[in-house]
Amino acid sequence: MQPSLFSTPLTFTVSKLTFHIRKLLEENETLQDVWVQGEVSNLSRPASGHLYFTLKDAGASLRCVMWKTSAMRQNLSLRDGMEVEVHGRVGVYEPQGQYQLYADQIRPLGEGALFQEFLRLKAMLEAEGLFAAERKRPIPEFPKRIGIITSSTGAALRDMLNTLRRRQPLVEVLLAPSPVQGVEAPPALVNALRLLNAHSPDVIIIARGGGSIEDLWAFNDERLIRAVAASQAPVISGVGHETDFTLCDFAADLRAPTPTAAAELASPTTLEDLRFEIVSYRSRLSEAALSLIADRKTALASLTAQLDFLSPQRRILSETQRLDELSRRLLSSLFHRIELQSARMQGLKRRLEALSPLAVLARGYAVVMGKEDGAILSRVAQALPGRQIQVRVADGQFNAEIIR
Amino acid sequence: MPKATKKEKPIEELTYEEALAELEEIVASLEEGQGQLEETIRMFERGQALAARCSDLLEAAQLKVQQVAGDELTGFEEESE
Repeated sequence: MQPSLFSTPLTFTVSKLTFHIRKLLEENETLQDVWVQGEVSNLSRPASGHLYFTLKDAGASLRCVMWKTSAMRQNLSLRDGMEVEVHGRVGVYEPQGQYQLYADQIRPLGEGALFQEFLRLKAMLEAEGLFAAERKRPIPEFPKRIGIITSSTGAALRDMLNTLRRRQPLVEVLLAPSPVQGVEAPPALVNALRLLNAHSPDVIIIARGGGSIEDLWAFNDERLIRAVAASQAPVISGVGHETDFTLCDFAADLRAPTPTAAAELASPTTLEDLRFEIVSYRSRLSEAALSLIADRKTALASLTAQLDFLSPQRRILSETQRLDELSRRLLSSLFHRIELQSARMQGLKRRLEALSPLAVLARGYAVVMGKEDGAILSRVAQALPGRQIQVRVADGQFNAEIIR
Repeated sequence: MPKATKKEKPIEELTYEEALAELEEIVASLEEGQGQLEETIRMFERGQALAARCSDLLEAAQLKVQQVAGDELTGFEEESE
C-alpha cells in the first residue's frame, strides 16, 4: 500500500475506491492464477450460458462466475453440493462492490492431489530412465501371438477382439483378464504381465476403456510401471481415451490412444496385406516361369540357326546337282548309242530287203506252193493236174488249180 | 539345386508361414532362371499350389482366443453381443 494515498485528507468517490481495490487485487500474481477448493452452492445457469455459483467451506464463501466460453469447455456436470477445485483469477464486480472468482477450469476434488502424485512419480521414474526413448522396442511387423491384458467384461476387450478379427484373424490371442480399477488392479495387472510373458507372446496389449482419472489410476501405479518397463515382450498401452495419459503409456513401448487403436497397432500386417502379398507372389511366379520358357526358346532358336548354318544341306544340294548332271549325261550317251544301233539296224534291214525273194517277185516272177503241204513246185513233175496250189506274187497270193 | 532334393511336406499339411516361406524360395529360385526345365516346371506347379494353399488359409482364418490360466491355456468364451 502506498502511504501517499492517504497522506492528504482526500475524499474518494465509491467508484474510485472500488477501482483502486480492484487494482490491488488484480495486481497480485497469486490471486490471478489460483486453485480454490470448496463445495458448490447456489449454482445458476441463466440463458446467457454463463455459470454463477458460490464456493464455500465451513468458514467462508466465495462468489464465482464462469463465462460461457469456459463453461462450454468443461466436461464436468456441476451440481450443488459437489466438492470441486476451481481455477481462475480474483477480480471485483464493481457495480455490487463484490470480489469474486472468475473461473476458467473446474475439476472434481482429489484430482489435484492425484495430479501432484502423478507428476512426482513421473519425474522419479523418468529420472530412472524408465521412459527413455532408447528403451522402446519396435513392435513386430506381423505379431502371431498377441497377449491382451484387460477386464474380461469390458467393451475394450470386445473392441480389440473385433478389431483383430477384422484386420488379422491369423493371430492367436492370449487373454490374461485382470481388474483394471481399484486397489486390487495394480498387483493383478502385474501378475497378468508375468503370466503372459511366460507364454512368450510377440506383443502385449494392456488396455482399459475410458474413465475418470481415479478410474484410470491403477495405470499410474509404480509397481505396474516397473513391470511394464521390464516386460520381455514389447508392450502397447491403450488406456482410456485420446486425451488421457497414464504413466503406463510412458513406460510402454508404444502408446495407443484407445484400446481399438492398440489392437490396430498390434496388427500392422492385415489380412489384406497378406492377400496382396500372395497375389504378387503369384504374378512373380508366372512371370518367372514365362521368362524361363521364353529364355529357353530364344536359346533353342539361336542354336537351331547355328546348326542350320553348319548343316551339310548345301553340300547335299550341290551333290544333287552333280548327280543330276551325271544322270543327264548318262541318258544322253544312252540315247546316242540307241540311235547308232537303230541306224545300223536300218542298214541291215535294207540289205536284207535287197536279198529278199520278194524283190524277184516284184519283177514278175511267182512262187508256186502246194496248198496242202506248202512245198514249192519247182519241177513240172510236181504239177499234177487237179492239184490245189497257192501262187505268191509281189503283192499277195491267190489259190489255183492245175488243169493239165 | 539343393532345394529340389529337400523333402517336401504335402501342401495340405503346411502352415501359412511354411507355405509362404517355401513360395518365397521357389519364386526367388525361378527368378534366378537356373535349373533343369522339368525341375522348373515342377517348381512352378508347386509354387502355384503353395499360393493357393496360402489363399485358402487366409480366407479360412478365424481369430483364436485363449485365456491364460497360470501355465495353462484354456478356451475363452466371448460374450455374445
